Amino acid sequence: MKDGTTPPESVFTTTLDKMVRWARAGSLWPLPFGTACCAIEFMSVVSSHYDLARFGAEVVRFSPRQSDMMIVAGTVVDKQAPILKLIYEQMCAPKWVISMGVCASSGGFYRAYHVMQGIDEIVPVDVYVPGCPPTPEGLIYSILKLQEKIERGEPSHWQIEAERETAQARKQQLVGV
Amino acid sequence: MAEFVAENLRRRFGDALERVSDEHGDLTVWVDRARVHEVLEHCKRDSELDFCFCMDVTAVDYLTLGGTPRFAVVYHLYSLKTGKRVRVKTGVPEDDPVVQTAVDVWKSTDWFEREVYDMFGIRFEGHPNMKRILCHRDFQGHPLRKDYPADLRWKLLRPDDLLDEISSDEMKRIRARSSYPISE
Amino acid sequence: MVFKDAALTPEEMPKTTPVPNPHGRMPTGVSWEPIESGAGQAVARARGVRVERHLVEELEVDPLAEDLMVVNIGPSHPAMHGTFRLKCWLDGETIVKAIPEIGYLHRCFEKMSEMHPWQEVFPYTDRLNYMSPFLNNVGYAMAVEKLLGIEIPQRAQRIRVILGELSRVMDHFVCVGTNLVDLGALTNFWYLFRGREEIYSLLEHVSGARMMVAYGRIGGLMRDVHEGFEDEVRALLKSLPAYIDDVDRLITDNRIFIDRTRGVHGIRAEEAIDWGWTGPCLRAAGVPYDVRKAHPYYDYDQFDWQIPVGTTGDVYDRYLVRMEEMRQSLSIVEQALDDLPEGPVNIDDWSISPPPKDKVYNTIEGMVAHFKLTFEGVQVPPGEVYSYTEAGNGELGFYLVSEGGGHPFRIHCRAPCFAIYQNIGPSLEGYMLSDIVAILGSLNVIAGELDR
Repeated sequence: MKDGTTPPESVFTTTLDKMVRWARAGSLWPLPFGTACCAIEFMSVVSSHYDLARFGAEVVRFSPRQSDMMIVAGTVVDKQAPILKLIYEQMCAPKWVISMGVCASSGGFYRAYHVMQGIDEIVPVDVYVPGCPPTPEGLIYSILKLQEKIERGEPSHWQIEAERETAQARKQQLVGV
Repeated sequence: MAEFVAENLRRRFGDALERVSDEHGDLTVWVDRARVHEVLEHCKRDSELDFCFCMDVTAVDYLTLGGTPRFAVVYHLYSLKTGKRVRVKTGVPEDDPVVQTAVDVWKSTDWFEREVYDMFGIRFEGHPNMKRILCHRDFQGHPLRKDYPADLRWKLLRPDDLLDEISSDEMKRIRARSSYPISE
Repeated sequence: MVFKDAALTPEEMPKTTPVPNPHGRMPTGVSWEPIESGAGQAVARARGVRVERHLVEELEVDPLAEDLMVVNIGPSHPAMHGTFRLKCWLDGETIVKAIPEIGYLHRCFEKMSEMHPWQEVFPYTDRLNYMSPFLNNVGYAMAVEKLLGIEIPQRAQRIRVILGELSRVMDHFVCVGTNLVDLGALTNFWYLFRGREEIYSLLEHVSGARMMVAYGRIGGLMRDVHEGFEDEVRALLKSLPAYIDDVDRLITDNRIFIDRTRGVHGIRAEEAIDWGWTGPCLRAAGVPYDVRKAHPYYDYDQFDWQIPVGTTGDVYDRYLVRMEEMRQSLSIVEQALDDLPEGPVNIDDWSISPPPKDKVYNTIEGMVAHFKLTFEGVQVPPGEVYSYTEAGNGELGFYLVSEGGGHPFRIHCRAPCFAIYQNIGPSLEGYMLSDIVAILGSLNVIAGELDR
């Protein structure tokens, strides 16, 4: 608005917002960035017994352009790190990341010379799922938690990181660095 | 058990064999580094031994146990005809970690030798592609050495483009012969 | 139609006319067949492609056709295998050069095992071939037991055989399932994973974990099997053949599957041996080498079973070998179960196998033994040993070097996939891009084992 205040939220925009959030949460298309054993548990989750399709994640897309949730299932080693970053950056906003298993969350029990100690060194993570491998129920619970987070309207960690970066860039611009 | 293997090798390479032992049912033969290629070739070509499989090539670092030489390159051979196995070990000193490659004897030693180079720093002379295989291209040091700390990581910024594994002559040859095969 | 928005009108668009082959005739010294390797010629012949020399010389070849396209497959790719990379130079759809790169799951198993006592290496071995974790446990336990010079009780041996063969069936389920998914046959994937879930239920009942069981121990097993183990396994023996038969009916005589896999990536027996191949891929090439028959352990020579052997070693043969191996494994499980002896599942030596808890809490010897095992690890005498078993993919070898302490001095795992995947570079020349998925799926390359 002209006097510098933000416009009040109307009923129309809040309802629209809620609908968009509900739609986003109900149709999360996963990108299984599967590397190791957790990928097999992920395959079990999408199989007929623990069907993930009933939660909206029917379409498993291996292309980053066509998916909005990346499930990093398995250990990410230092050799794989640039590829993970590239795939993450190729995803279109809004995007969420689930770090499945302890190897992706914190390196697991591999405190070693080639293993990344958690993917949050390079990508922002929304939900961490512990377990080695996590039981399928655990993974489904994490997707439900992510859905709740989206429906609550919380910004995804991608958004938080992006906002932090723009704030930093703007500050640098003002300071004249 | 596998006495005839030890006998055959002693007859042919008496002076090159440093030690022969047979513990836990495994025949182990220590060979001088300069003659190891000869010994391996004999193991494969000899009709009595006929070690057609080279199951494994690996190395051990004896730094913490003291003694020389520091490394030992270990070959595990298996014969389908006789069903016998033998372990050929050769000592490799720290200041000159080079061994002649066995790729011309068995093709399976290809990647195993690359792994030994990656993990221990032992080069194999004559290997067609002596490059790191498991650790990434910006990795420095040889991790399975005893003086390498277990959690020392190196950062990789860009993946390998693998263009160094294909020579320009090979590219020219491939380009020259490229054309569509005709199908009915 | 006039395209007003286009930058150039249709009349202005450059015309592409085929330019005659700038070489004129084919350059001398180059054989006309673009596929020089024997396998590729077999492929060409199998597909009925006949190449006529005179037609080539009159052909006008578009110069753009001479350019090769580079396709990078992996390490993150839709084919449902592990993380490995294949950089291919393509001439149309035919591969002229392929360079593999591995190491995308190098989790430093060998260094980690030097940092932990002997018995704490079991979870690391689980994650080597993560499709059949118990087989790796068995392989490692056998190696340490060989170095210690002990023999485990008969009951433990039988249970290792039963659970090992079920793990092998699990491994082949995933191999066949994912191979078929990549070829477009999704239904079998659901069927076979349903079977896998049933085996998971049994493993969860026995050890507490679905996949990474860590059930093997030095000197036996983690604990005895539960009440009702036999009934559960018998129920499995009834239901699993149904899944195998379902897939068999759908796939084995399927025209599309046969067209896509017959004659693809055949390999001669001598070549397979030279490259160090073992396991179902070697048996499909015609070599009847199976560690369980050649060097029997745990009474495998007393069970009545056969090794399926193929002829050409192509993808179809590997599929058939795996299907038959599953049936043979289930027959072994049945025979082992019929003859399951009573008794302890752990060796009665407290310096190797932990004492029972009531002895730990009530006797001083038990407490001291437990303390020593936990803090110092199993004391293995100095020496070295190479022990080999038949894992899902071939000969899984463990080369252990001990300096006499509670920690391993050196453990090397001879992974069967490592030897099998090495010749993918030279052997893919002449095949098409769509053959790669069939080939990779049939080799059953598991990155955990490949990179350790």
